[in-house]
Amino acid sequence: MNPWALAWRQLRRDFASGDVRILFFALVLAVVAITSVGFVTDRAERALAQESNRLLGGDAALRGDAPIAGAQRTAALAPGLQHADTLEFRSMMRVGDNLRLGELRALDARYPLRGEFRIVDRIGGPERVVHGGPARGTAWMSVSGAQTLGAKVGDAISIGDARFRIAALVEQEPDVAFDYFDTAPRVAISLADVPSTGLVQEGSRVRYRLVVAGEAAAVKRFTTFARANLQRGQRLETIEDARPEVRSALDRAGRFLGLAALVSVILASIAVAMAARRHSTRHLDGSAVMRCLGASQRTLVAVHLGELLWLGLIACTVGVAIAFALQWAVGGWLSRTLDIAIPAASVLPAVQGYAVGLVVLLAFGAPPVLALRRVPALRVLRRDLDPTEPSAWLVAITGLAGLAALLWWKAGSPTLATAMLVGIAVTFAVLAFIAWALILGVRGVRGRLRGSLRYGLANVGRRAGTAVAQISALGLGLMALLLLTFVRTDLLDRWQVSLAENAPNRFIINVQQDQLPAVRTFMAQQGLQPPTMYPMVRARLQAVNGKRLTRTSYPDDPEMQRRAEREFNLSFANTLRDDNRVIEGRFWNDAAPRSPELSVEKKFADSFGWKLGDRVAFDITGQSFTGTITSLRDVSWDSFRPNFFVIVSPGALEGYPASWITAVNVPASKPRFTADVVAAFPNLTVIDIDEVLAQVRSTADKVSKVVQVVFWFSLAAGVLVLLAAISASQDERLLEGGVMRVLGGSRRQLRLAQASEFAAIGLLSGLVAAIAASVLAGVVATRVFDLPWTPNWTLAAVGGAIGMLAALATGLFATRRILDAPPSVTLRELQN
Amino acid sequence: MADSDGPRAERPLRVPLALEVQGLGKRVALPEGALTILEDVDFAVERGDAIAIVGASGSGKSTLLSLLAGLDTPTTGTVLLDGAPLSTLDEDGRAKVRGEKVGFVFQSFQLLPTLTALENVMLPLELRGDADADGPARRILEKVGLGQRLRHYPKQLSGGEQQRVALARAFVTQPSLLFADEPTGNLDTHTGQAIIDLLFALNADAGTTLVLVTHDEHLAARCRHAIRLDSGRRVDA
Repeated sequence: MNPWALAWRQLRRDFASGDVRILFFALVLAVVAITSVGFVTDRAERALAQESNRLLGGDAALRGDAPIAGAQRTAALAPGLQHADTLEFRSMMRVGDNLRLGELRALDARYPLRGEFRIVDRIGGPERVVHGGPARGTAWMSVSGAQTLGAKVGDAISIGDARFRIAALVEQEPDVAFDYFDTAPRVAISLADVPSTGLVQEGSRVRYRLVVAGEAAAVKRFTTFARANLQRGQRLETIEDARPEVRSALDRAGRFLGLAALVSVILASIAVAMAARRHSTRHLDGSAVMRCLGASQRTLVAVHLGELLWLGLIACTVGVAIAFALQWAVGGWLSRTLDIAIPAASVLPAVQGYAVGLVVLLAFGAPPVLALRRVPALRVLRRDLDPTEPSAWLVAITGLAGLAALLWWKAGSPTLATAMLVGIAVTFAVLAFIAWALILGVRGVRGRLRGSLRYGLANVGRRAGTAVAQISALGLGLMALLLLTFVRTDLLDRWQVSLAENAPNRFIINVQQDQLPAVRTFMAQQGLQPPTMYPMVRARLQAVNGKRLTRTSYPDDPEMQRRAEREFNLSFANTLRDDNRVIEGRFWNDAAPRSPELSVEKKFADSFGWKLGDRVAFDITGQSFTGTITSLRDVSWDSFRPNFFVIVSPGALEGYPASWITAVNVPASKPRFTADVVAAFPNLTVIDIDEVLAQVRSTADKVSKVVQVVFWFSLAAGVLVLLAAISASQDERLLEGGVMRVLGGSRRQLRLAQASEFAAIGLLSGLVAAIAASVLAGVVATRVFDLPWTPNWTLAAVGGAIGMLAALATGLFATRRILDAPPSVTLRELQN
Repeated sequence: MADSDGPRAERPLRVPLALEVQGLGKRVALPEGALTILEDVDFAVERGDAIAIVGASGSGKSTLLSLLAGLDTPTTGTVLLDGAPLSTLDEDGRAKVRGEKVGFVFQSFQLLPTLTALENVMLPLELRGDADADGPARRILEKVGLGQRLRHYPKQLSGGEQQRVALARAFVTQPSLLFADEPTGNLDTHTGQAIIDLLFALNADAGTTLVLVTHDEHLAARCRHAIRLDSGRRVDA
């Protein structure tokens, strides 16, 4: 007899009799959940990445200080790619009598490849969206530049030898890395007009950009080639290098989606493990008979594993098909909701679906089924003999390791995967311990209860081992759901709060020491919150540990050359603000140190290779100033408050020329705020960051919508675990329900017994899950999301209660057959 | 027995009937057509009587028992339990009747594994809402010789002990009718004998009407009457 054929026949028989249906549907739903999440996250991530790529004006940009030519230009001409050139340099610009140093950008006709310009005809006028740059002979000027230069549409602007007519004012450019402190006017002209300015000559400091966009594979080929062939002074920009606040949002989105997918994987595994256990139990007698009739262990393994594999393949195929259908609908919805084109799904999630489905099935489904081969033949006579299967534990451990690898791969972040795995292991142990303690309590209580209630609680209290496992598994499922709720609502909300409506939307810079009181009074008159003023001392890097720092210190890195040369702002402060966190060393906090100390932003320090104890010298208007690094800080840049790479201990910068900066929130009802400020204090510069904020907020909104979609899949997977848990004990429940009916129990009494049991299990699981989830959420918040953590007990309590209700509703739904089945039929079916 | 046989004539005519069965039949629909499990069975049982339902495996005796006890509904015919027709009641109504008037003993004991011996015996009393379930349950467990095993779970008891608990559970409600379905089927001869002795002793004590399903002629002989079934039909009449 061919064991595979036997396995197939057994599968058909088991399916017809309903024996493997639960396992099958558990696996199908698991694969649907995983693959849908995979499809949706794949598409959403690609859509978000594509959206974010608009910020580059394309999918990638190659930047250099010489025209980009040769093999790299040829690479940009590859099929499937579009390309565009831009060129940037600084130049004096004149409008009427106003002369300022500005930033000129020359764009070719194809630019931008992604994104668009938002332009107006006058400040505050209606906005237009334009795909393309200025026509020849015309210039577009930034709104802030127009303010600075007093320019309006129709004015002439002189740049080098050429004159242009200002045709529009730019509200938003597709690719501006916003620099809060750069108030220089920005002007865009056509690339074809550059020669007429006579400004680009040998030795001119010009930045050239070659922007590409197109099919993902073609872009990937281009970036791989360009990165491998970077010339001196060149640099490749992808979304990774684009604006830090968007990058940070995307990182979070990726982690969020990874986390949600991860939860689905875990829930699916629990469901499959439960269903497989039940399947195995139902096959004990049959296997004993087969052993009795002379079947070898190998035959039993082949038949049962073969059945499992057949089942797995069919379930995976069905699951992937359903997921594929689902993602069409979800993709359409996402596309409409986010108002962006969602790229088609790739094949990868389908492959992932099969891989994860089969690994989960084999890791969690195979051990109990494999244990069947050790069924003693004697069981045909003595039904109390169960198989013992030490090696099944090995299989389970191997399976768990496989799952860990899958999680790692799926989460995309070892930190996240490890945190989750350790969290789950510890949580399971903690849940098991708490469950065990609570069960002891329940045992005490049940003696005082009567009838149905006693029976319900007896189910929880009697089989301590099983109950501990059930409550722990259910608790873990609930915990995952709660954790997701915590993460979604709590963490994301708190992150969004940091971008809340009252986030600062105007930066005011260049406030002089003697203007501080007047500016404060002005703000009060405007009805604004009293602003916090931050001191700023402009400085240039001079030396580190006595070694001079110049452009030549970084021969291959234009960005670092720029950093080494440019002026930046030192600030000083007594205390550390709440959007800063010391990760190395110690902040002085009010205790003014004797010699100057520096607190440096971690990534900034890393880029220079600085560490604690390094002595950094600055040039401040020709005078040298040296301080010792005593702490490294992590900064939440998305707080949109002024932050500084280098903070100096108080007192050390006395005597150096300082100006002050502040950030305020100006309501939309005050459109004349900027004009009023400039009228009152002509030397102040007001920077409007509403636009930037709007963009960041809209990105955050889109991210949370995507996460919500993923969350619903995980929620469905969680409910599936509840169903699997209940169906695992369905036989016992049917039998017990039947006996109670025979003894005269009414439907109401049975319902009450069931309700008390599920309520107890739900409550116990919900309670421990809520506590564990809030603790784990804290770990995830602080370690992964870099957010400060405050426990949210109300949410935990509500989550626990909802968990209990869910257990009750699911439990009563799943056990309704027990009420409907005639007791004689139930007893006859189950006692044989 | 209250039909054609002799003892009826010797009894006063007004002995009330514990059980009256008229034209009882059960058919189930199968893909290959309807299958008749039980057909046109009539009999009556007087209060305090003991009757055996005897037949080979598959003869329909367990089905008959289910119908008598209201565990299942007949396709044709009626069952009057203490004069009240079971067929007019819904499942909850039948459950109530069972709780008040009927005791059960099964071949496979059917104790709830999650409850102790004492709790198993208390359960039917609690289900019908008795204020004191503990006292009667303890007393009857003492009576069946399990006074020292009150806190034991079914798994901790031997087969014979489990069946004693089942007997205690059956008699604790002082039922007017006791249905026993192959009560010794899962026990060795010696233990089975002891259980049967106990069953009859309790039955005599309580004056319960006993309906015993068995394929064991020796056991059937201990009842005053016997109904024989073959292929769903009564063959003794």
